[in-house]
Amino acid sequence: MDPECSRLLPALCAVLADPRQPVADDTCLEKLLDWFTTVTEAGSSLLLLQENPCLVELLFHVLKSQDLSSRILSFSLRLAGIFAAQENCFQYLQQGELLPTLFGEAGPLGGAAWTAPTVRSGWVQGLRTLARHPSALRFLAARGAVDTIFSLQGDSSLFVASAAGQLLVHILDLAMRGTAEGRCGPQACDWPACAQKVVCHIEDSLCSTATPQVTQALNVLTTVFGHCHGLWTQGLWVRLSPLVARLLEKDPVPASHSLVDLLLSVARSSVLSSDHGLWETLAQTLSHLSPTQAGPLALGILELQDCPQALRTQAFGLLLQPLACVLEAAAQAPGPPGLLEGAAGDSMTVDTLLSSRSACVGLLCCALAHLGLLQPLPQRPSPWPQVPLLGAVVTVLRLCSGSAAPTSDVGGRLCAILVGCGRVQRAALDFLGALSQGTSPQELVTQVFSILLEYLMSPESSSMVLKKAFQATLRWLLRSPKSPGCCDLDPHTQLFLRELLPVLQKRLCSPCWEVRDSGLEFLTQMTRHWGGQAGFRQALLASEVPELTMQLLRDPESYVRASAVTATGQLSSWGLRATPASPERPGAEQESLLGELLRILSTDSEGFPRRAAMQVFTEWLRDGHADVAEDPERFVAGVLQAASRDLDWEVRAQGLELALVFLEQLLGQRGSRCPYAVGLPETAPPGMPAQALQVLCRVQLFEFAFRALFDCDRPVARKSCDLLLFLRAKAAPCGSPQEAGDSPTAASAEAMLQRWQAGEQGQPLGYLEPGAVVAVLRSVDLEGLRDTLAESSDHVEKSPQSLLQDMLAAVGVLGENEADCY
Amino acid sequence: MGTIDSSILWALLFKGGFYGMRKREVGEKYCLSGHPTLPCNVLKFKSTTIMLDCGLDMTSTLNFLPLPLVQSPRLSNLPGWSLKDGNAFLDKELKECSGHVFVDSVPEFCLPETELIDLSTVDVILISNYHCMMALPYITEHTGFTGTVYATEPTVQIGRLLMEELVNFIERVPKAQSASLWKNKDIQRLLPSPLKDAVEVSTWRRCYTMQEVNSALSKIQLVGYSQKIELFGAVQVTPLSSGYALGSSNWIIQSHYEKVSYVSGSSLLTTHPQPMDQASLKNSDVLILTGLTQIPTANPDGMVGEFCSNLALTVRNGGNVLVPCYPSGVIYDLLECLYQYIDSAGLSSIPFYFISPVANSSLEFSQIFAEWLCHNKQTKVYLPEPPFPHAELIQTNKLKHYPSIHGDFSNDFRQPCVVFTGHPSLRFGDVVHFMELWGKSSLNTVIFTEPDFSYLEALAPYQPLAMKCIYCPIDTRLNFIQVSKLLKEVQPLHVVCPEQYTQPPPAQSHRMDLMIDCQPPAMSYRRAEVLALPFKRRYEKIEIMPELADSLVPMEIKPGVSLATVSAVLHTKDNKHVLQPPPRPAQPTGGKKRKRASDDIPDCKVLKPLLSGSIPVEQFVQTLEKHGFSDIKVEDTAKGHIVLLQEAETLIQIEEDSTHIICDNDEMLRVRLRDLVLKFLQKF
Repeated sequence: MDPECSRLLPALCAVLADPRQPVADDTCLEKLLDWFTTVTEAGSSLLLLQENPCLVELLFHVLKSQDLSSRILSFSLRLAGIFAAQENCFQYLQQGELLPTLFGEAGPLGGAAWTAPTVRSGWVQGLRTLARHPSALRFLAARGAVDTIFSLQGDSSLFVASAAGQLLVHILDLAMRGTAEGRCGPQACDWPACAQKVVCHIEDSLCSTATPQVTQALNVLTTVFGHCHGLWTQGLWVRLSPLVARLLEKDPVPASHSLVDLLLSVARSSVLSSDHGLWETLAQTLSHLSPTQAGPLALGILELQDCPQALRTQAFGLLLQPLACVLEAAAQAPGPPGLLEGAAGDSMTVDTLLSSRSACVGLLCCALAHLGLLQPLPQRPSPWPQVPLLGAVVTVLRLCSGSAAPTSDVGGRLCAILVGCGRVQRAALDFLGALSQGTSPQELVTQVFSILLEYLMSPESSSMVLKKAFQATLRWLLRSPKSPGCCDLDPHTQLFLRELLPVLQKRLCSPCWEVRDSGLEFLTQMTRHWGGQAGFRQALLASEVPELTMQLLRDPESYVRASAVTATGQLSSWGLRATPASPERPGAEQESLLGELLRILSTDSEGFPRRAAMQVFTEWLRDGHADVAEDPERFVAGVLQAASRDLDWEVRAQGLELALVFLEQLLGQRGSRCPYAVGLPETAPPGMPAQALQVLCRVQLFEFAFRALFDCDRPVARKSCDLLLFLRAKAAPCGSPQEAGDSPTAASAEAMLQRWQAGEQGQPLGYLEPGAVVAVLRSVDLEGLRDTLAESSDHVEKSPQSLLQDMLAAVGVLGENEADCY
Repeated sequence: MGTIDSSILWALLFKGGFYGMRKREVGEKYCLSGHPTLPCNVLKFKSTTIMLDCGLDMTSTLNFLPLPLVQSPRLSNLPGWSLKDGNAFLDKELKECSGHVFVDSVPEFCLPETELIDLSTVDVILISNYHCMMALPYITEHTGFTGTVYATEPTVQIGRLLMEELVNFIERVPKAQSASLWKNKDIQRLLPSPLKDAVEVSTWRRCYTMQEVNSALSKIQLVGYSQKIELFGAVQVTPLSSGYALGSSNWIIQSHYEKVSYVSGSSLLTTHPQPMDQASLKNSDVLILTGLTQIPTANPDGMVGEFCSNLALTVRNGGNVLVPCYPSGVIYDLLECLYQYIDSAGLSSIPFYFISPVANSSLEFSQIFAEWLCHNKQTKVYLPEPPFPHAELIQTNKLKHYPSIHGDFSNDFRQPCVVFTGHPSLRFGDVVHFMELWGKSSLNTVIFTEPDFSYLEALAPYQPLAMKCIYCPIDTRLNFIQVSKLLKEVQPLHVVCPEQYTQPPPAQSHRMDLMIDCQPPAMSYRRAEVLALPFKRRYEKIEIMPELADSLVPMEIKPGVSLATVSAVLHTKDNKHVLQPPPRPAQPTGGKKRKRASDDIPDCKVLKPLLSGSIPVEQFVQTLEKHGFSDIKVEDTAKGHIVLLQEAETLIQIEEDSTHIICDNDEMLRVRLRDLVLKFLQKF
């Protein structure tokens, strides 16, 4: 331990032991515990206690004092646990009877302090930390601590209850690791006493009629099989699986969620997954649980890498059942076999679907979500029923919109339940989007586009539903195959586009900003992918969408303005400009988009549109946009000038990104983006022509970068530092530092930089000659700055010494205020 | 005057003196309108006759040709209609336009049923909102009605504006021609639809005059929310906020022991009026439910969105927007919505015109009824700010209002623009002019926001039409989901509603969610139907004079329940019942004074004691045995026991509220047994 810390420690212990001294907040105590953990991990705990007797005194004092706060008590229990994790230290504390008193009946366990959850939590965590060696196991067994842990499993505090469960798992694992190679049969006689006790408790709980106890046992077992991979877990499962299977005989099955978690945990365990009995139990569970409860289990089974085919078929059937019921209920006439032969019309699923609105919505949403998760997995069932699934999800969407007209009773009732249900609509649209990845017959694809259009057009669609509908539409549009031998869109897509654009047009005029925003995002994505397709360009230019997008640059909602900036930027990149405004329309003057975006960057009161503008500018510069290519110097100078004054650090950081792109283009060095490589002389790229340096001076890139170097936001400063290091390496051959450094401009610039570093950034640097720039670059300790900036901002404050000083200063023990200022 | 407590009242009823009242019918409902959102019902409740609303079905006007403000060559040159055989005798009355046939006459309205019940017997009329009082002059001025009309102040003021506008629209385009030939049943049968199917055409009437309006409105008594109004001592009526429109009300009609709630045109949405008072509707015996949304599949929020988007698209293209509307109601919400929207949509420079003979009054009235507005708007008044933002629109010249297209409007008129004007039927009012003016250009759009008229039928006489038509009906009244929640909340014993609400709409027969679903199933009614309301009259409140109350000697028969006998005279007047002390026995009077009816004194017979309690069978049997009866057999029956005295060939039937001794002409034995039974009962 640091000598300075050792010096401060007695005073701190005295403060902690003094009930009259208000202790700093819990965070300080947590940090202190972290520090002690680090110290004990690095060296001997016993030595630490011997060198700092104040620590043991503190623990003794805690035991004696009646009026200590529960926080300090909890802290002490955890601290003792940290020390006792090393066996020799454990024995040292044992001899002093400190541990038995702290964790036994004589300690907080038997007192009034036990009512505080934080004390109980400290007790459990203390034991969890110290339980690292056989002595600890004996200690736990002898003191009856295990029984207390059992009771804490049902603690009113969820944190305590959860920690108690985890402690039991830890004890079991520790006990079993001690046995010969961790092998243990299911017979009780094979098990160490401590493990035997825990397992018996779990067995009792599994047989209990009280659901909370069953849940606790199942949760403990789930953690065991999830985290412990010793061979002993096989024996444990053989011993307990009959009890688990017996739970399935009860009606209703108790703690079904926990049971599902356990079974999946066992199935995922590499030690146990070859057990045939397990697959049978899983199959039984699937058939015993209600459709809603069994859904997560079915998904879990299908996600397993190796699993018997029959079980997979059963699980997949279960996931498909709700949709199969929907298909059957909505069928106008008995048609070809639907989604599932045999499973359709499963009475339990139908009952659940029709029992109540919430049950129906819950089951359908889960089924759709589970199938959506399954769809992209390589191990998804094969053959994947793409066509019936697509038919089912389209039917669900029709039922929700009220456009389906089922003739059956079940269909009628489903329609009444689902009509207008936003939750199911969202889930179905998500799944519909996921299904775009498969191959579907054109007839069905037409139906998909038709229902998507219906949703996009419907005034009843909420903003969230519309967003999902846009997302699904995009996925389906982008999957559209191109016409053979032609690089343009296929006729169906073009036809759809012709219907879609007027809808998009209307949505861009929606009074609901979320809708306008979703519409713009959709437009951006569509243009990004199809900007070069003649069919798309033609349809888009024939519509008013580009002009509306321009108008939305002045939307009152900042998110919409930001999306409009991105969208217009994207449209402009592809040369899809708005048609000139009609002369009779007042106030709609057509100005250049560049000017408009610069106006947003300089004057918009919100950060999002300005950030978006910077991103568009960077993209334009990178892609050689026509407006930029006319005069890139002027463009960069204007943008950097606006960005340097911005209050949003992301805008300034994006300014540096733009500066880097400019540099790359200027130097013709695409790809050398790793600024860390530039410091090495042997990898340094060829030098920068003086002409280039002059250009950089003209656009005032250095002023922008130097200002950013001392930015109060670290990411900006780091980025700038990297950029300047890159520049310095490039500019090295441009002049001798000696000559330039003596010039008056360089000297004044350095002085200015010092003032900037001190926080006075009011004055501009002014125009710098290339020579002066090189001199300044050399004079600034960029490497040093880079190292400093690489440290976290609180690296000074994080030191243990600082922590101890802070805690002492907070209670006024230190004579002078030596605390770090936060 | 004292009040009888419930235990004593029970005794009175038990005694049978007023038992006969239970049999009397207490509620009947006469349906005079087939339109569920323009109701007109008559409720006979206790001894009062109450008319609930008097809505005017104006859909009949859709059968007529529009009344153009400016001479329309197109309309005046429409060809006359002739029968298939070429007979053209109706060509003066009926004109043909794009395959539809219209009556070329002053528009007429379909009145509520006047034959079902003598409307002169109506005691009061309760109005729930300004749309539901448009038939009032027909009722108050032409049926012998002498009662009172109750309505809130905004209802009356805005109702007056609506009537005034209607009269103005029709009177300012005088039409000499009046068509009646086509109404002949034999001729009507030959006409094409929809004229052929029009109902009750013989009862259709021309619009009333302003004089009749004024006279009708003078019969209205203003009421405030939660104000209790006594009707003849028998019934109390109370208006409650219904959340639909300024001053709109639901009504509670109750006696001491029965409660009828009349829910008409209510809304749970947060718009400008005060929110709906649901709590007061609880514990109703009967809830009459009318005036639900006419477009249950359209959510008002979505429709407002459609309205704004379509408006913006049209104006951006250089087109004009026409919004046929009423001068009050949804227009306030639309203007508020546009106030927030126009800047974001870049429409700040587009003029908005509101044209109606009552436009100015409507906009101003809306700002002064602060106490009838929702909380947010009420608080604005204290700032002080006008509650509705249309004041600012007017101030900044973005919204201009005119009484008519004539005069100032023609000077200020600038296009593209948005015009709000009436009438939503498109048959009269300034809207007719704009339809003629803008109908030929596809740049223009007509946006229908009022749900009362089928937009396709409204547009029929303007075909062929190039302008775009958008249907965005905004109806904030309750939908079926909201009704279901409301009924769960207030839990009436019975629901009564128009038959249209008890089945899905004909065009969407699979939509089981578009009907009222409640238990017990709602009772439905249709036009010209009489419905007995399903509540049982069980109790009547009777007051007792203090001196009579003093003379009572209650006896506690079990804890908390006391009984007393009372002899009194029941005095009933103005539906109030009072027990008065019986008059002293009449002194024998000589002379020739004639006995008057009012001097009748009821006979005061000596009353037998009243019995109470129950007979414990086992003890009774033991007593019988003690008294020498043997061979006793007890049988249990559904209602009690039968004690058989086999030897005496006698049967004692003991039930909860009666005991019979059946023996064979042995009066001595019967009396003996009776006395033994009486020993187990209390007497008083």
